[in-house]
Amino acid sequence: MYPDYMEESLRKVAQTRPKRLELARKPDPVYPPMNAEERQAVLEGFHPDYESSARRPVRVGPNKGETLTTEVSELLESHSWLRSEQVDLDKPDFETDLLIIGGGGAGCNAALVAMKEHGMHSIIATKLRMGDANSMMSQGGMQAAVSRTDSPTRHYLDAIGGGHFENKPELVRALTEDGPGVVKWLEDLGVCWDKEQDGSLKTMHGGGTSRKRMLSCRDYTGAMIMRTLMDEVRNHPDMIDIKEFMPAVELIMDDKGRCAGAILYSMDSEEFFVVKAKSTLIATGGYGRLHIRGFDTTNHYGSTGDGLVMAYRAGAKLMYMDSVQYHPTGVSFPEQIAGFLVTEAIRGAGGQPLNKEGELFVFPREPRDIEASAIIRECVQNGGGVPTPSGRVGVWLDSPLIDMLHGEGYTEKHFPAMYRQFIRYGIDIAKLPMLIYPSLHYQNGGIEINERCETDIPGLYVAGEATGGLHGRNRLMGNSVLDYNVFGRRAGRYAGEYAKTVKLGKLSLTHLDSYEKELANAGVKTDLVTPVLLPSYAPKDVKKRQLLRGNNVLPGASVLQNRLFDERPDA
Amino acid sequence: MTSVKAGTTQKKSASLADEKQKAAEQRLITVYIMGKAYEVPAEATIMGAIEYAGHQIIRGAGCREGYCGACATLYRLPGDYKIRTGLACMTLVEEGMTLAQIPSVPAEKAIYDIEKLKPNVTAIQQMYPSVFRCVACNTCTRSCPQGLQVMDYVQAAKRGDIATVMDLSFDCVVCGLCMLRCPAEITQPLMAIMAKRLYGRYLRKDSPELAERVKAVEEGVYNAEYAELMSMKREDLSKRYYARDSE
Repeated sequence: MYPDYMEESLRKVAQTRPKRLELARKPDPVYPPMNAEERQAVLEGFHPDYESSARRPVRVGPNKGETLTTEVSELLESHSWLRSEQVDLDKPDFETDLLIIGGGGAGCNAALVAMKEHGMHSIIATKLRMGDANSMMSQGGMQAAVSRTDSPTRHYLDAIGGGHFENKPELVRALTEDGPGVVKWLEDLGVCWDKEQDGSLKTMHGGGTSRKRMLSCRDYTGAMIMRTLMDEVRNHPDMIDIKEFMPAVELIMDDKGRCAGAILYSMDSEEFFVVKAKSTLIATGGYGRLHIRGFDTTNHYGSTGDGLVMAYRAGAKLMYMDSVQYHPTGVSFPEQIAGFLVTEAIRGAGGQPLNKEGELFVFPREPRDIEASAIIRECVQNGGGVPTPSGRVGVWLDSPLIDMLHGEGYTEKHFPAMYRQFIRYGIDIAKLPMLIYPSLHYQNGGIEINERCETDIPGLYVAGEATGGLHGRNRLMGNSVLDYNVFGRRAGRYAGEYAKTVKLGKLSLTHLDSYEKELANAGVKTDLVTPVLLPSYAPKDVKKRQLLRGNNVLPGASVLQNRLFDERPDA
Repeated sequence: MTSVKAGTTQKKSASLADEKQKAAEQRLITVYIMGKAYEVPAEATIMGAIEYAGHQIIRGAGCREGYCGACATLYRLPGDYKIRTGLACMTLVEEGMTLAQIPSVPAEKAIYDIEKLKPNVTAIQQMYPSVFRCVACNTCTRSCPQGLQVMDYVQAAKRGDIATVMDLSFDCVVCGLCMLRCPAEITQPLMAIMAKRLYGRYLRKDSPELAERVKAVEEGVYNAEYAELMSMKREDLSKRYYARDSE
C-alpha cells in the first residue's frame, strides 16, 4: 500500500483520469511529441550522460583518449586476474570449434545455428546458470515488421531515428530485415506468440515506433523465448557442451593475432581452465550491475560488462561506450522492488506518466532517452515528483487507464508479471497507478562489430548487448530481444563458417602483459581486477572486514573477494 | 533490494548506501539463514537479508525480479509446522523465519526432437511418464510461488490437452519448488516447457502475413528502399524520420 501522505496526489490522479481517458480514446497523441530541438534540449539538460562527471577519457587501449562513461573507463583501466607466465597454454583443458561466452539468448541462438548450418560443436561457458541473462527478463516484447501496414524499411527508419541517426546502417538493416524470419524461427522452435483470433500476430506500440510492431508472449516474452532456446540447446548434448558457473576471464590469442579461445574460471572451485577454440563468441550482455551514476538497475545479477574488458584487453575497439540507457519506468516504490523494470508495454497499452498533480507532462511514447530525461526534468526542475519514504522520488504511471481502454481484467491477463510484482505489496495496478523513476537498463554501446558479427580480431565474434553500433546512442524498446536473436543467429552462421577453415598457431596471453605495461606507462593506479563477475551487496562494514583477507585483490586472491568499490585511499 | 539509491549523483563510494547506518533508523528482526541467526532489516526481501548478512550469493540469485527461478526458498515461521515456499527476491522476511535456499532441484530433462513429436498424450507418455503418477494431492499448486494451478495443468497433460497445459503453465519460472514438494516425484515445469513448445510448434494458428513478409524479404522486395535509406545524408534521413506518419 502507498503511505498516507501520497493520498492527496493519488486523489488528483483519479480526478484527472476521466479527461485523460477521453484523450486516450482519440487518435491524436495525448500530449504533443517533441520535435528535434526539444529532444536535444531535454537530453542536454537532464539526461544523466550529460552531467559533467558522467564521462572521462580512457587512458589505455584501442579507444585511448576517447571520452567514455566514467565507470567504463574505470572498468577498462584495471588489472587482469591472470599473468601470462602463470598459465600453461600448451595443454588445453578443453577444445572445441566454437566457444560461446555467455548462456543467454545470443549464445543459445549461435550454438544452434552453428550446429544446424555447419555441423559445428560448441562449448557454452556461462557465469551462472544457462539462461541467467537479461534475455530472460524482457517483458514487453520484440519488434519485428510483420503486419501489413508495416515494413522492414519503416522499422529501419524508426530504429535509426530513435538512435539519433548514429547507428551503423548495415547493422540496422540486418536487424530489421532478419526480423520477420526470426519470428518464424522462434515460432517453429515452439515459442507461443500472442495472437489475434485469425492467427495474425498481436502487435503493440512501443516508444518511438510509428507502427504497431511489438510482438509479445504476455509479459513473459523473454522468459518464453529463452526457455525455448535453452530447451532446444539441451536437446543436443552431443553437439553443445554447457559449462555453468564457469565464466571466461580472459581471451586467448594465437601467435598470428587471432582469437583462439578463453580462460574460464570455476565459481565453485576457484580453478582456471584453458579452452582452445577455433572461433570465439562474446555474448556476455551488458553492465547494469556496475550501477552507473549510482542508479538502480533493471539488470540481471551477472551484468558486469565482462566481455567488454576481455575484448578490450585483446585489442577490440569499442563504439558508443559514452552512452547509457536509463529505462524511463523503473519502480520507485515499494523500496523492495526499487529499480525493477515496469515494461514499456504499459505505456504501449495506454498507461500515462503523470506528475504529482495528476497532469501529463510528456508524450508517453517518446524514445527512451527522451522519455527518461523528461521524467527527470519533471522531478528535478519542475518539482513534479512524489518523494518516497526512503528518499527516492518518482512520478505516477497511470495504469488503471488500461482496463478502461481495453476492458476489465485486461491488465491482469496481459501483464501478469507486473500485476504480481505489485500486488505482493498491496498495490493493485489495475486500480492504482505505479510510482516510477528512470532505472539503469541497457548498454547502448559495446564492442564494434559488422553485420557478420566480426570484430577487429580474426576469430572473435560478438553478439547481443555486448556489441556497439546497432542502436546508436539510444535503443528502442523491443529491439534488444530482436538483436540477440538476429545477431546470435548471424554469429553462429559466420563464426561456424570461419571455424571450418582456420588453423590455429601457438596460443598466447602476452596481450595481458602488454596491457599491464600500458597501464603503468599511462600512470594508472588501481586495485581493480576485472572482469568483476558479480556485484557485492554486503553492507560497507562487512566489505571492510572481507577485504582484510591478505590485502590481496591481485591474482591469488579469491575472485569473489574483489570489490569494484574498494575505498582504501590510494589503493 | 539493491543497496543503491535511484538517481543520486553523489560520489560512487558514498552512493552505495551504508546499510548499517540505514539500519539505525530501521527496525531489525531475527531470521535464521541456513540455521544461523542474523539481524536483518524488517522490510527486507529474503535475498536482501542474505546479502545484508554478508553472503555473496553465487547460486540462488539470478534476475532478481521474479522471472528466472534461481532463488527458490523454503521456510518456516515460528509456531507453525507448515513448510512455506517463495522466491527469495520477491518474499519479505518475517520475525523468526528460518529459511534455506534451494537453488537447484535434481531433475532429468527429456531429450527429444520436436519435429518427431506430436502434440498429444503420447508425447507426454513417452517423454514425461511420471506425470501419470499424479495423486491429485494439490501440493504442487500450494507450493507455487507464482500462484499457478499446477495440478490442473498436470491433469490436463494426462488428458493430452496441450493447449491447457500451455495456458496454465505460461507464467512458470521453473523455480522447481513444485517438483521438490511433489509426493509423486513428477517434474512438472520440465514437462510444461515441452508442452508449450508443442503448442507453439503445432497448435498455433498460422499468421498468413508472416509467411508473406518472410517471402518478400527473401525475394529482395525491400532492397531498393534499403539502398536508398542507407545512402541518405543525415539531414535528409532526419527530415524523412520526423515527417513519417504514425499508426
